Amino acid sequence: MTAPLLSIQGLTKAYPGVVANDDVSFEIGKGQIHALLGENGAGKSTLVKMIYGLVTPDSGRMEIAGQPHAPATPLQARDAGVAMVFQHFSLFDALDVAENIALGMTDPPPMRDLAARIREVSDAYGLPLDPDRIVGDLSAGERQRVEIVRCLLQDPRLLIMDEPTSVLTPQEVEILFATLRKLAAEGTAILYISHKLEEIRSLCDAATILRLGKVVGRCDPRETSARELAEQMVGSTLSSPARPAHTPGDTLLTVENLSLPPAHAFGTPLRDIQITLARGEVLGIGGVAGNGQDELLAALSGERLSPRGTVTLDGSDLSRAGPEARRKAGLLSAPEERLGHAAAPDMSLTENALLTGHGRKGLTGRGFIDWRGAAGFARDIIAAFDVRTPGEGTAARALSGGNLQKFVIGREVLQGPTVLVVNQPTWGVDAAAAAAIRQALLDLAEAGAGVIVISQDLDELMEISDRFAALNEGRLSAPVPAATLDVKRIGLMLGGAHDMEAAE
Amino acid sequence: MISLEKRPTPSRVWTYATPFLAVALTVIAGGLMFAALGKDPVAAIRTIFYDPLFDPQFAAYSRPQLLVKAGPLILIATGLALGFRAGVWNIGAEGQYIIGALTGAAVGLALYPADTRMIFPLMVIVGALGGWAWAMIPAILKTRFNTNEILVSLLLVYVAENLLASMAVGRLRNPEGGGFPGSRNLSQWDSAANPELIANTGMHWGVVAAFIAVIFAYILLNRHLTGFHIRLAGQAPRAARFAGVEPTRLVVLCLGISGALAGLAGIFEVTGPAGQISIDFNVGYGFTAIIVAFLGRLHPIGIALAGLLMALTYIGGELASFMLGIPAAAIQAFQGMLLFFLLAVDVLTNYRVRLGRREASA
Repeated sequence: MTAPLLSIQGLTKAYPGVVANDDVSFEIGKGQIHALLGENGAGKSTLVKMIYGLVTPDSGRMEIAGQPHAPATPLQARDAGVAMVFQHFSLFDALDVAENIALGMTDPPPMRDLAARIREVSDAYGLPLDPDRIVGDLSAGERQRVEIVRCLLQDPRLLIMDEPTSVLTPQEVEILFATLRKLAAEGTAILYISHKLEEIRSLCDAATILRLGKVVGRCDPRETSARELAEQMVGSTLSSPARPAHTPGDTLLTVENLSLPPAHAFGTPLRDIQITLARGEVLGIGGVAGNGQDELLAALSGERLSPRGTVTLDGSDLSRAGPEARRKAGLLSAPEERLGHAAAPDMSLTENALLTGHGRKGLTGRGFIDWRGAAGFARDIIAAFDVRTPGEGTAARALSGGNLQKFVIGREVLQGPTVLVVNQPTWGVDAAAAAAIRQALLDLAEAGAGVIVISQDLDELMEISDRFAALNEGRLSAPVPAATLDVKRIGLMLGGAHDMEAAE
Repeated sequence: MISLEKRPTPSRVWTYATPFLAVALTVIAGGLMFAALGKDPVAAIRTIFYDPLFDPQFAAYSRPQLLVKAGPLILIATGLALGFRAGVWNIGAEGQYIIGALTGAAVGLALYPADTRMIFPLMVIVGALGGWAWAMIPAILKTRFNTNEILVSLLLVYVAENLLASMAVGRLRNPEGGGFPGSRNLSQWDSAANPELIANTGMHWGVVAAFIAVIFAYILLNRHLTGFHIRLAGQAPRAARFAGVEPTRLVVLCLGISGALAGLAGIFEVTGPAGQISIDFNVGYGFTAIIVAFLGRLHPIGIALAGLLMALTYIGGELASFMLGIPAAAIQAFQGMLLFFLLAVDVLTNYRVRLGRREASA
């Protein structure tokens, strides 16, 4: 390794009540792919925001190629050669690729030249991308390419990637990794943030592990096992969910010929979905983001109604029943978006417990609310699911993502559902909380409920599903027993319709 | 540099302290303005806030006016606040107020000169129904055709004003009025009058209705599932749908309640303080109530207090311009300052102020 490109010394940043980064130091060499590992809330985001000029550190120094680096704005960071691809894309659906890229540039060249440059860069790095396509029609993987190409056009010295693979199929991940390796070989340093340990082990040459804002370890991930990495991240030993063998019982939920038009212009239609779910069974539904997951959940939760006879629970037709009627019948759900969909951000946990729990938990009498009962229910959830919060009066938005997710899942599980449908139950949740949530779903199935888990995390689906099906452009593949699958086959099931091969 | 940092949970202390801080800031800024105009700032503030209630010379007249003016403001604002909480924006309470007065008065006048106290309650019910029906126009257009209820309800105010003018000179004109526009005086006809219930307090049935509405709204919002759903729909519409709230039902309910309460305010006004249907019967209560609703933070108790405060600044302002010769524009500026500071210091509830270096939002 030559002289470091980026060197960070003693970086500290405190927010009221929490030290997000405490005396963090590390170095990234030229051409190195450096992993930044840590649970949610470990301080990874704050750290990269400081490098990218979004947050000013309280103390500490940064240097890029020997020059002091103290960006006050992302613009200054970009001028210093730092580029960043965010986890959530900042693209306009209604504009085409070239227009989106031009919007992010300080001094965009004429459109025709820009389109040519985009083709050139995307060919050079194996990222097929047509500058004239409308972004709203692109898959998540293609959108990410737009963001990456946007960064590459700046000729960055340091490229920061925040959880880049969470929306990609395994094949798309391979394309991305090939690109990153090529960039590194040309001398670009890459700071790669992820909690997917296997990926880091196959891609990165160095790793810095953060826990509670402090650096707790440095290692070469190629020579460290995933389990060791995880335990360093969490700070304790991990237990894998137990999945006892069992035989499925009678059918609880049937979905027949369910088709729905998209709810909005860039939504996905559901096409002829068939599901049968048996008592005690966990059905895993995989798929790349934007292939109908939200739509399927809405059709099952009752937020969108479907033609008669399409959704049947225990012999009764629920197709025309709204969310509350479905809850009464025993069909419960937990949507992906925690804040604003599964929970109201500014309301207390008590009020959020009431949100779905009032019917099954008997928290209202003639429409009048039993606030004590609701607070009791909220406390039960907090206790049973180890939700870290000062109390049930805390606003939902004050909880960390993992804690709120535990609360949301706990709220539905403790209502004793006949069938529970969850979308992305562990998205953005730390490893310990994710394990707890998965265990709760398995326990629920073992107690005789049916569980549908919609997720983009294939490892998760492999771990807890009895059967696996893939959503692709609103179509659901026929389910296959999860035990017979490997990641490669799943990848093919997921991504069949997307163009997967790298450009030559 | 001063920067704002979002609090994880709203501050309880500041929720209650901000109104007092706002009044204090208004007194300081207003006092400076009055001083700049060459008036004694202490006397001006005293004339606005103190004299209407306690001055031996004026209180006898102005103290009852407080409830007379605050009653309709509170009644209308309470209904509007329910809708605003749910994200249903009824801006046309003024129109519903006019139609409530017109329909209620029309039913009463049709029965003139019958002599039974049953007429008054009948007029009240019809007045509420009139306001409700006028509000159903934006409600149905919104739920059926997805029109914007802000525009439709607002434009219907002008339709209502023209209906009022046409009725005042046409169908509802007093046949014994010598050709002057305006209906018979309802407050002087015992069967239809809305009298002052306790002498020299300004208390009439409309004020009673306002306080009942405040109590009902409080219970609805804090103890009832429908109120919970109203708050939920306003704060997190997707979460409300997930909870099973029907958006269309909520639109009809909220517009209906606010329309009916505005209609009630109208019929109580026309049978009491105003006395008759006239061309310029409406004086803007329906619009001022929007301000009152927000001043009271869309909370029923807050609205009751805000309504009283608003009424006080109007009465005190008139008194100050009459007694001290303060220009009416300065009084309006003073009222504007009060609103400005109330809404501006509200930021302290959700944010804490930090002095120091620039802080990008994290």
